[in-house]
Order: sequence, then C-alpha cells, then structure tokens
Amino acid sequence: MKVIYTDVLIIGGGLAGLRVATGVKERGHDAVVLTLVPPKRSHSSAAQGGMQASLANSHMGEGDNEDVHFSDTIKGSDWGADQEVARMFTHCAPKAIRELAHWGVPWSRVQRGDRKAIINAESVTITEKDEAHGLITARDFGGTKKWRTCYTSDGTGHSMLYAMDNKAHEDKIDIHERLEAISLIHEKGRCYGAVARNLMNGELVAYVSKATTIATGGYGRIYSVSTNAIICQGMGQALALESGVATLGNMEAIQFHPTAIVPVGILTTEGCRGDGGLLLDKDGYRFMPDYEPDKKELASRDVVSRRMTEHMRKGKGVKSKYGDHLWLDITILGREHIEKNLREVKEICENFLGIDPAVDWIPVRPTQHYSMGGIRTKYTGESQTLKGLYSCGEAACWDMHGFNRLGGNSVSETVVAGMLVAEYISDFLDSSDSNLEIHTSKIESFVKKEQDKLDALLSKENGEDAYILRRRMEEIMMDKVGIFRNETDLKEAVDELQELLKRSKNIEVFRSKSRAANPALVNAYRTQRMIKVALTCALGAYLRKESRGAHSREDFPKRDDENWLKRTITSWPDENQTMPSVSYEEINISTMEMPPGFRGYGKDLTKHHPMTKVRQDSVDAVVEKLKAEGKDRFEIQDALMPFMDKLPKKYRGINARLGENI
Amino acid sequence: MSKEKTPRILKIGILRFDPHDPEDVPHMETFEIEESDGMTLYIVLNEIREHHDNSLKFDFVCRAGICGSCSMLVNGRPTLACRTLTSKLDENITLAPLPLFELIGDLSIYTGKWMRNLNEHLETWIHDKENELEVDKLEEKMEPELADEIYELDRCVECGCCVAGCGTIQMRPEFVGAVGLNKIARYHLDPRDKRTNAEYYELIGDEDGVFGCMTLLGCEDVCPKDLPLQSKIAYLRRMMIKTSMKNN
Repeated sequence: MKVIYTDVLIIGGGLAGLRVATGVKERGHDAVVLTLVPPKRSHSSAAQGGMQASLANSHMGEGDNEDVHFSDTIKGSDWGADQEVARMFTHCAPKAIRELAHWGVPWSRVQRGDRKAIINAESVTITEKDEAHGLITARDFGGTKKWRTCYTSDGTGHSMLYAMDNKAHEDKIDIHERLEAISLIHEKGRCYGAVARNLMNGELVAYVSKATTIATGGYGRIYSVSTNAIICQGMGQALALESGVATLGNMEAIQFHPTAIVPVGILTTEGCRGDGGLLLDKDGYRFMPDYEPDKKELASRDVVSRRMTEHMRKGKGVKSKYGDHLWLDITILGREHIEKNLREVKEICENFLGIDPAVDWIPVRPTQHYSMGGIRTKYTGESQTLKGLYSCGEAACWDMHGFNRLGGNSVSETVVAGMLVAEYISDFLDSSDSNLEIHTSKIESFVKKEQDKLDALLSKENGEDAYILRRRMEEIMMDKVGIFRNETDLKEAVDELQELLKRSKNIEVFRSKSRAANPALVNAYRTQRMIKVALTCALGAYLRKESRGAHSREDFPKRDDENWLKRTITSWPDENQTMPSVSYEEINISTMEMPPGFRGYGKDLTKHHPMTKVRQDSVDAVVEKLKAEGKDRFEIQDALMPFMDKLPKKYRGINARLGENI
Repeated sequence: MSKEKTPRILKIGILRFDPHDPEDVPHMETFEIEESDGMTLYIVLNEIREHHDNSLKFDFVCRAGICGSCSMLVNGRPTLACRTLTSKLDENITLAPLPLFELIGDLSIYTGKWMRNLNEHLETWIHDKENELEVDKLEEKMEPELADEIYELDRCVECGCCVAGCGTIQMRPEFVGAVGLNKIARYHLDPRDKRTNAEYYELIGDEDGVFGCMTLLGCEDVCPKDLPLQSKIAYLRRMMIKTSMKNN
C-alpha cells in the first residue's frame, strides 16, 4: 500500500484549493493538492465577468463599501445566507483582490476623464476622477447597488487562476495531477485524508493528513445542459456524503444563468448585460422592463432566468430545433468595446455559433450554472460533523450565498474563503487536537474497500450501462428539478432517481477492462455517486414547500419565513440507504444584522416570521441611538452583529478607499 | 435555420495507443459518425466514447475554448478540438495526440507536467522583494493601457499547440518554446516584477531560450488565442542582445 503523509490534503486545484495551499504553507505547514486536471485548467478559469470587491474606485462605484456589498449579498440570497459569514466575506474581499494584484493579476484599471458607456440602452458619459486613475476599475453586474465587479476584460477567472497557480509554484506546493480522491479516510468522527486513484496508471494511494480540504467546485453536470466544465460532477459533495458523517447543506439551491448560448450551454458573461447588453424576444422587443421596471436586465440572476422562462412560455421565444430561446443583443456596445472587454464572448460566438456579436444577436437561454449548496461547514470552513474535514469555494455551503448567488461573488468567495480557511486550518494544525490517531490497518481497510469496489465494477457481468443511467439522471434533473418546480414533477424525480440509484449498484464496465487510464471505469463509479448527489437536490427541493431565491415552486410561490427560514441538511449515514437522510438547521432572526425583508422584485409575497418585526424594531432603535451619539458605521455594525473576533487577526484591519481610512 | 439535407457521414481516423497495455501498438482506427448541426470534435469524440468505444481516451474540461486541455492534431495541425466545428472540415478527419508531450493514451497527453517544469524553470511569478504586501492599503496604481497589454499576453492557455508547431523544439528538446518566451515577455512588461534584464538574460539568453528560435513561426500560425508571438520573440531577442552587449 502506498501511503503519502502530509499536514493538509487539498482535494481540488482551482482558485479555492490553491489559495488554501499557499495560505497553510505560509504558516509553515505542508500541503499536497490533488487535482483531476492541471490546476490552470480548473473550472475557475471559466469565470469571465469579474470578482466583486467594494473598492469604490470608479465613478459608478463611489459610495460603495462593505455595508453595501453585504446588503446586496443578503438580499441576493433571499435571506438564506449566514449573515456573519457574509460580513466576513465582504470585509475581506478588498484584501483578497489587492493580494491578487500584488501577485500579478492585470486587473483592468480606471482611466481618468470622460468615457462613453451604455446604461439602460442609452449612451452616457462617465467622468472618472483624477485620483482614481490607475486603480482597479469595476463594471456593473446584476443585483448590485454599485458598480463593484472588478475584472480583466472577460477573462477574470483565467487571470486569477494563473496568478494563483504561479504563486503555488513559487511556494513549491506539491501538486499531484490526475489524481482523483474516491473516499475519505475517517474514524470516530475525525477525518484523516483520502484514498485517491491515479487516473493515468490506476494506482490507489492513501493520502494521510491532519486536515483535509475539499475544494472541488459544484455539481452542475448532474444536469444535461450546464455551463459548468465537464469535471464539475459533484464528486467532492459525494465524498463527504459517502463518509456517512459529513453533511451537505441546501443542495436544492441551484442557480440558472440567464445567458448561456443555445444549444451547447456555454456561458456568455453577465458582463454583457452589465456593460449595457439587452435581452430581446422573437419580435426584437426588449421585454425585461415590463417585468422588472427598476433593475430590468440587471435584476438578480434567479429573477432574470424566471422572467425569461415566463416570457418564452407566453410564446415569445424564438423557435429553434433545440427548443425556444431568446436573444442577447450586445451590438449596441460597439465593436471596440466588445473586442476589448468582451473578447472571450466574441471568440465563443465566432467558434461555436459562427456569428459576430458586434453585428448579430446571440441566441441564449437560462442554463444550470452554479451550486449554492454543498458541504455544510462552520464559518471556519470545517464540516459541522466531521472534524478535520474542511471545504471552501463552490464545493462548500459556507453559506454566504443562501438561495441565490450574485454574479461576481463566486470567484470572490474562492479566494476569500481560501485565505480565511487556510488560517483556521493552520490554527488547528498548531494545536494538539490535530494529532494523527489512526492505525495503519484502518487506513489499509479504507484502501482495500475501494479496491474491492473497483474490482467488482470491472468483473461485473450482465449489468447496467452507466451511460444510460447517467443520461436519464441528467434528463430528470433538467426536466423536473429546473427553474420552476412543482410537487408532481419533484415527486417523480425523487422516485425515479431512487430507482436509478438501485440500478446503479449493478453497473457493469463493458469491454474496457483496463485498471490503468480507463474512462469507462471512471464513468461507472462517478455515475453511482452523481445519482446520490442528484437525489439530495431533488429530495431537498421536493420537501421545501416555499419559493426562495433560485428555488421556485409554482405550487408554493411565497417565501415562507415562518416555516422555511432554515437550511436543508442531507447526509447518508448508512451506505445501504437508497434515500438521503434529511434534517433542518434553523436560521436565527434574532441575531441578524439585516432581518428578512422584501428583495424588490415583482410583488412582495413573503410570509414573514413574527420575529422579523421584533428584530427589525430593535435594529432600527440601535441604529437611531448610535447615529445620534455620532458613532461611525463600523461601531454601529459591531453593535448589531459583531463578527470581527471571528476573523483571523491579520485580516481584521479596516480597508482603505479613496477618501476613507487613507 | 438551414434547409434539411442528408447529413454527412464523417470518417474519424484516430491514432490510438495505450502505453499501459503491453500488447498494444500505435495504430489508426476509424469511426463513422453521422454529422449533426453545430457539431464540434468535442461532440464527436464523446459520441464515439459513449456509443462505439468506451475506452477512448481524450482530455476535455471546459469544452468552451477557455482551458486549453483538448489540444490535438486535427488533420495534422495542432488546435483546440472542443471549438473545432466539423462543418469546417472535410468528411475524412484524422486525429492524433500532440507530439512532444508524454502520452497518457490515445489523444490524452500530459501537458500539465511539461508546463509545470517550464513555469518552475522560468520562475513565472512576480519577483518583488521591495514591496511588502499590505492588504488593507490601496493597491499600487498601473496605467490602464499597460494593464491591458499585460492581459493580452496573459491570455495564453498553456495548450501546447505552439510547442507542437515548433520546428526548433524538434531538434532542441530543452527549448522553452513560444509559450515560455511569451511568459517572459509578459513578466518583463509587468512593472510589479522587479527582475532586471540581466536576470532575464540568465533565463532565456541562450540557445534553449530566445536565441534558439529559428523563426519558423509555426507557433504564431497555430496559437488558438492569436497571441502576438512573432513580435514578442523579436522584441525579446533585441532586448537580450542589448543586455549581452552591456554585460560584456
């Protein structure tokens, strides 16, 4: 048995995983990163439009700060987010972006003087301040009060990931490529690493570690059409689930992005609309102002996706052999702007659609895009139930997004959570709590169990075809656990997925029997796990009898704070179960800085919790009193919901901005 | 929508080899696939794997032309397979793995290891011992045009097409290739990297670096991101000659 010992095992080599690795290394701990693909090819690289951080450098960002970013994030989450976590996040986002600037990201910068921009289909002149010249600029994104999304053209994730991976090279981080973690090693509620399979030669390796971090991204590929990279199959969530101890949070909270191209589902960034692009129907009519007169195309993603679907259901979609779609029109931005700030979009249009977006409209429709749910953690990133297991980035339910993530908050979360979780892990490693107390024979038994499973798959005869099960699962998720959901569809989805799960125990790897690089074997074991992950989503959605953020029930259109202001927690304590176990975690209104309110879209249908008014009155009274006493915004915030003591000391400093704390 | 017509039957010839199978030798295998609207090689290869031969190995990740994983020889030319539309090709299509990289099997190659060695060798990160990072302070300013110029070179996706299209590297396996030279040009342009010309000279001022290039410029022809490789190599060469004259 091959065993590799390290302080921290990091599963996933995207932005979050790499940021944890460099963070623990800086604190003097060793780290090994396991990754399916070279880190620079991770799905982080596909983030186009930008990273939210309240720098307030550009004219349209003036007046922005942590408070505004926090408020946008909480509203965006439909009050499902953990407010302390969201505070920690918004406080650290400016630090994370400045760190990345120091490490080499060529952030697009403010140019002093006048420039033309398109706002609400009209050309306007924006005048940038002299003193802001050369600082990091920002663009508009949906659901934000200020222009806060910092970018490098529309290759933001790419630039961030390259800078991050290069930093990992500099720090001499051990990166083991094409290694797939297939089970967690754990005993008595404590995680000690993972069994991994080398995808090139098939070898199984036990990675034994004091702390283990899952940073494997989302689970978009359980849907038949997704903007996600094909490796985003929820294997991190499955690892946690199959431990039987770790839990998942809000798996039903799944985001659909309004503008993926038809039919292949490749993303065109929200930056298209942020920079002034419009959504048009089959008649070339701009319909969003009819539905959302205030935010129009730049309402929150869940809202725009629903409005687009509603509009297509009224027969206003463009017919195509791949189903209905709508148009995204960025021609009004002009060729120069597109070739400078939306060049990935231009390349995608040319290569996959054969059109020129400076002249032609882009066929788009809402498509699965982001997983708000994931491995449920404490604010430290540690699993609530499996000690020594951490998770961050899209893989986790940390939970700053609640039921809908704002555009630009995901890459931002990866680096912020990465930098914070690295500190909490380092604190854990510095304590005697982190000592390894597991016997070699136990490690061996975990490896043997995985070897036996693989052997069984390879020797199975007269079994099921993994592709058939997987395609059916993808269709079920697409058709029955989509943008609009209802009891009948969800019940069918849950029942049929359960049936698929039972059948998946009988999967046979046809013909291709190699123990080394073998895509058929990989597909077989991943399909078994994906179906489990899909079941947690479908069951969570079926049970949640309300509409909140991206979870929209036609039969329960109201947000119901009285009964459903809580997180869905799923787990799989017994491997013979054919359904996940479900419980709920209450979200406490009485400690909220921002008690539940109206998001400002459509009609307010919320069924409020009685505690909301009590807490709101108390918040209002505190604010009024402290303002009268001349307290500043930091003191007022601290009185409402202190969070600073939770942050690592090195990140507690107040952020400088032009005209503030310089 | 275009008028319905009988779809073409594509004949996809793939150079196959499993280095882990002692019985196997490199051989061509042809699959027949019915073409569909908007079909890319990503769709073709997945269809082959799902319906014809589930052991076929290849590398796709983003399938959107962003991540650089799926570079291969398409009719002998290095390119990204995911964004190659079959409609732009003849019905006989040959696919082979990129040469020069370690073969994992069939069309799957180990570019990660090669690129990691390159990055470590050229130290492709910001070298700055003067400025301590202070995360609470305003970021250092940068001219907007300069940021754009750096981003232009930062767009490299390490796909390896330029390496496969390089004449020099065939004879000089240690040559850093256009990918390496472009990275040096990128860091040289970046004022945050404090390395001197003399330090850069140490890295690329020899025949495995900028003086090895025979200026065949296959790299520029095949770069899927249209990076200005020719002008950057020429620029680096002038700069390195100046530096070497100063040093002597």
